[in-house]
Amino acid sequence: MELKEAIKPEVKMDIQEIIKPENLVYARTPLLNDDVMHYCPGCSHGVVHKLLAELIEEMDLQDKTIGVAPVGCSVFAYNYIDIDWQEAAHGRAPAVATGIVRVNPDNFVFTYQGDGDLASIGAGEIMHACNRGENILVIFINNGIYGMTGGQMAPTTLEGMVTATTPYGRNVDLNGYPMKITNLIAQLPGTSYVTRQSVHTAASVRKCKRAIKKAIQNVLDKKGTSFVEVVSTCNSGWKLSPVDSNKWMEENMIPYYPLGDMKDSVKGEHSEN
Amino acid sequence: MKGNEVLAEAAIRCGCDGYFGYPITPQSEVMETLMARQPWNETGMVVLQAESEVASINMLYGAAATGKKVMTSSSSPGISLMAEGISYIAGAELPCLIINVQRGGPGLGTIQPSQADYFQAVKGGGHGDYKLIVLAPSSVQEMNDFVDLAFELSFKYRNPAMILADGAIGQMMEKVELADYKPRWTKEEVIEKNGSWATTGKPVTRKKNIVTSLEMDSGRMEQNNLRFQEKYRKMEEEEVRYEAIQCDDAEFILVAFGTSSRVCQKAVEMARAKGLKVGLLRPITLFPFPKKIIKELARKALGFLSVEMSAGQMVEDIKLSVYEAGSNARVDHFGRMGGIIPTPTEVVDALEEKFSWELSYGVKRSY
Repeated sequence: MELKEAIKPEVKMDIQEIIKPENLVYARTPLLNDDVMHYCPGCSHGVVHKLLAELIEEMDLQDKTIGVAPVGCSVFAYNYIDIDWQEAAHGRAPAVATGIVRVNPDNFVFTYQGDGDLASIGAGEIMHACNRGENILVIFINNGIYGMTGGQMAPTTLEGMVTATTPYGRNVDLNGYPMKITNLIAQLPGTSYVTRQSVHTAASVRKCKRAIKKAIQNVLDKKGTSFVEVVSTCNSGWKLSPVDSNKWMEENMIPYYPLGDMKDSVKGEHSEN
Repeated sequence: MKGNEVLAEAAIRCGCDGYFGYPITPQSEVMETLMARQPWNETGMVVLQAESEVASINMLYGAAATGKKVMTSSSSPGISLMAEGISYIAGAELPCLIINVQRGGPGLGTIQPSQADYFQAVKGGGHGDYKLIVLAPSSVQEMNDFVDLAFELSFKYRNPAMILADGAIGQMMEKVELADYKPRWTKEEVIEKNGSWATTGKPVTRKKNIVTSLEMDSGRMEQNNLRFQEKYRKMEEEEVRYEAIQCDDAEFILVAFGTSSRVCQKAVEMARAKGLKVGLLRPITLFPFPKKIIKELARKALGFLSVEMSAGQMVEDIKLSVYEAGSNARVDHFGRMGGIIPTPTEVVDALEEKFSWELSYGVKRSY
């Protein structure tokens, strides 16, 4: 096949050569457990989990980290990354994380939340945790839909988007407008680093990893809340193939939720872009 | 000192690591006292005003899951808001202390004292099959003593404990002997005591700890439930606490907890002065409920009068105990609602009225 020819290495190595440790070019981080992920093929969760696990390993934080899993598809995040975890009630992860970090200020605490969890039922908790400037990292997966319960409308569902509870498309007169909650978060003086990323191309994955790394470092430096939105796909909920989902996201989600840093500052300093 | 202030003082002295709360009458003095005392300077205890009761109970969940001694306090409507979180805490088997300084309901109700949250406290209150360890103080001294006791029981069973007080005990001022200071647990002590389940940060030497109440496998979820039930049975065997006053020769037993038990103490004196053989049984643990002593008393007592500041909730547990004893002693209820505390005279009058048959004939009435 042509593809095989194209990626054929210049220097020919036999298999015994390739498997030598010194020739290793990539390995899965041992912090990702062996469990088979329950996520659909093409889902963004797996990639973001991998980035988190890699960074926790690279930054040597395993014994300091406490993760807070949400309600939603990523409710089982605790099965996949080899750290201590707590499972929170729907929307309450920022309050749970507050409780953890207040009595354990030396631990690295993060929440991992979807758009239904963070922007709908948990809108109050995320606002107040960010406003208090809790020293936590928030990973916000925005795929514009409730994945786990079967594809219902989320606060971030785009206008006209068809979901199980908006079968004729989101009507803003009936359902209100798609919520840019990250823009609201960036206004709060408690936040230090607020950014919107994606993981749909190799380049965007690398960029997202850099953003999460910076966010973690800010938390370690006690600069306030760091907030990383990842505009994501839900091909099952969107009823598209993984490839078409990426394309749909680029054409529809990213124009409404443009990527990039919104704020890079220290708690109390007001400098959102 | 005021009952609510004593709760705060007792928390600091017993080595509590954190308090998360939201203001609500008639218990706001708990957080106000803590904030004024600034225990973070003294013992390192954290005090945080949350944005809602929903947030405070979830902060409690997060902090409790790290194996530390943490607490919240609220009053009736606030406890209703916390019900989901309390169920999660019970389901995840986390030790912590929840204080309910009850006010009258339903709804926004009144800020005056009430005991109408008995069912909510002892039968679970949130969703699913679970129990709290429920302690009912009847004096400011017990407000002090029960904070440490609640933490002790809660860690012993890895189960949330509740102090079920009411607005009168919370607002009342009495002399109190405060406990000596106990140091907060060090990080090493937390790991030693609770490291097998708490999220303290995973060292390479142990498996990850996951705190959750979720279990998708029905078989395993049933096993979890069976384990909880076994724990509750053990509490019923080992942790029952009560006070029996002049019950030995009593023909009639008043049963009352908290504020109404103080009223009943006076009522017993008044009834005895009239020549009536009346005693008082004061449950201190509402769950586990003192069934055994009620069963014993039911053998010779002619009747039980449950005196509650509610429409009659604990009376159902007394009836169950008497029924289980196979006794035909009659069980009745007298209560006031809406924030009203009954008077001792009302209690004696109610006793004479409700048990007039037994008082006339001096035997149990058979049905």
